[in-house]
Amino acid sequence: MAALAAETPSGQAPGGFFARFTAPALPGWLQAAPLAIVFGLFFVLPLIFVTVVSFWDYNDYEIIPSFTVRSYVETFEGCIDQFPDLCTILQTYVSTLKFCIIVWASTLVIGFTVAYFLAFHVRSLKWQIALTLLCTIPFWTSNVIRMISWIPLLGRNGLVNDALVSLHLVREPVGWLLYSQFSVVLAFIHLFTFFMIVPIFNSMARIDHRLVEAAYDAGASGWQTLWNVVIPLSKPGIVIGSIFVVTIVMGDFVTVGVMGGQQIASAGKIISTRLDALQFPPAAANAVIVLGITLVIINLLTRLVDIRREL
Amino acid sequence: MREGRPAIFYWLALFFAAYVLFLYGPMIAIFVLSFQGPEGGLTFPLNGLSLHWFSDLIAGGGIVDIGGAFRRSLVLGLTVMLATIVISVLAGLAYRKKFFGQTILFYVAVASLIVPSIVTSLGIALEFRFLDDAVKAYGPAWLSEGYTTAMGLFTSGLGAHLTWTLPFGLLIMFAIFNRFDKRLEEAARDLGATPWQTFRHVVGPIILPSLIGIGLFGFTLSWDEIARSSQAIGELNTLPLELKALTTTVTTPEIYALGTLTTGVSFLVITLSLGLFTWLRARRMRHGSNAGSGLV
Repeated sequence: MAALAAETPSGQAPGGFFARFTAPALPGWLQAAPLAIVFGLFFVLPLIFVTVVSFWDYNDYEIIPSFTVRSYVETFEGCIDQFPDLCTILQTYVSTLKFCIIVWASTLVIGFTVAYFLAFHVRSLKWQIALTLLCTIPFWTSNVIRMISWIPLLGRNGLVNDALVSLHLVREPVGWLLYSQFSVVLAFIHLFTFFMIVPIFNSMARIDHRLVEAAYDAGASGWQTLWNVVIPLSKPGIVIGSIFVVTIVMGDFVTVGVMGGQQIASAGKIISTRLDALQFPPAAANAVIVLGITLVIINLLTRLVDIRREL
Repeated sequence: MREGRPAIFYWLALFFAAYVLFLYGPMIAIFVLSFQGPEGGLTFPLNGLSLHWFSDLIAGGGIVDIGGAFRRSLVLGLTVMLATIVISVLAGLAYRKKFFGQTILFYVAVASLIVPSIVTSLGIALEFRFLDDAVKAYGPAWLSEGYTTAMGLFTSGLGAHLTWTLPFGLLIMFAIFNRFDKRLEEAARDLGATPWQTFRHVVGPIILPSLIGIGLFGFTLSWDEIARSSQAIGELNTLPLELKALTTTVTTPEIYALGTLTTGVSFLVITLSLGLFTWLRARRMRHGSNAGSGLV
């Protein structure tokens, strides 16, 4: 907005001051240059540094630029000795993957249902926009606040426990509602179902409603139409949403930290713990591992779509 | 669609209502609790109504420099917003033509969205460490003397936030230009308009309402950003980082008051943006063009 205003002084008549200078259209590469520079400096180059540093040595106060796989070896320390018991790092990854699967399945079911309602059952565009906006507004507010907002509900003296006790369902307040795996999963679903709704809704909005009509006319039941028409056509949105949710959960350390009461380990939290100790190479090694696993999962997800397309 | 509401509609509507309650319920709880009386705790019931925790918060409470963090986040958010709009619009225009490396650049933008934030943040931290080391070792005396770090709110912090907001901006620009009627530009060109005039009088006004959407994403994503900022922000923290730190130390409703205040700013920005968007669209309708109906 203001950027445009800066380029276009008000009251500029057609053929005014600027027209004389910018007669030829700017070439595309020049217009894309700022974007390329930002990503080059703050994304591509940093990723290269992460990879390089993960193979460097370190001591208590500095990074030593000499090649070593020490950080990787230390990360997997004890994994062979303890076999078949899981070492710490593998336990952490198993637990992170477990979070991933539970959150993915839950957000998929909730996100798909909400998107389906918005795309196929809300008829007027005005209501569609209003209800979509209603789902979007929390996305524009702070995640930490949305996390701590569970405290008055789930805490030992929270509303849920009060209700359970007064209904005589439990004798004393239950402790696993907050600062537990349960609250971490709940917060993930609360925060990130939006990332499922948007792409799935986007795919569904493109489905020709006559296809659904045709299925109905051909005698398909509601479930058959859903399974054979709507879901296959929504697949791109489902995959995009899944990629978002999986990558967020894989790299997360804030949600797990706050909602797990800083007691639950996760792949992202290993990195932040290492960084708090200023151990950059091990942090980088763990970042490379997280990135690798994330890319493998994304690769599997995108293959799922392409295979489907070929069938 | 068939006439009448099938039974499934009511079930889905109920599900949707439950989801909305799930989204907003907890937030409403902390808004109410931030007006807790001075004797009140972190949970219900309300122990009287007061602005006690807000005044505690503004007085500083001796915990952290909330006012400073608030100002830093606000200025950074506005800077990120402006930069996101300018860079996204330019890139959006570029993608309507062909240019070298456009496919790679697109994939880099998408990758920036899905590479875990902590990894990007760590990379930026390393980059600035190396930069600092290089300046201290090889920089000219006037620069290296008393030099501490190049890392800061408007260097590494701004960059980190842009890697998060720009992919959203770019995707919104794609959505805008996918619906854009190219004949309008051709008509302008046929009438003898220069490229600048075409942008100033034809393309610009049409995409203007949608740019509000990009600005809204730019500001709100920056205002609430934690994971990318965590390693890359330098000495002075932004508001969400302070808030995150407070979750482990503060055990009074003061944290709810801070939450209410932060969310208030978000809501103010959202309302202003939506209002401006509606107003710009209405103005455009009055001027008789319905081309390139916007996003959001």
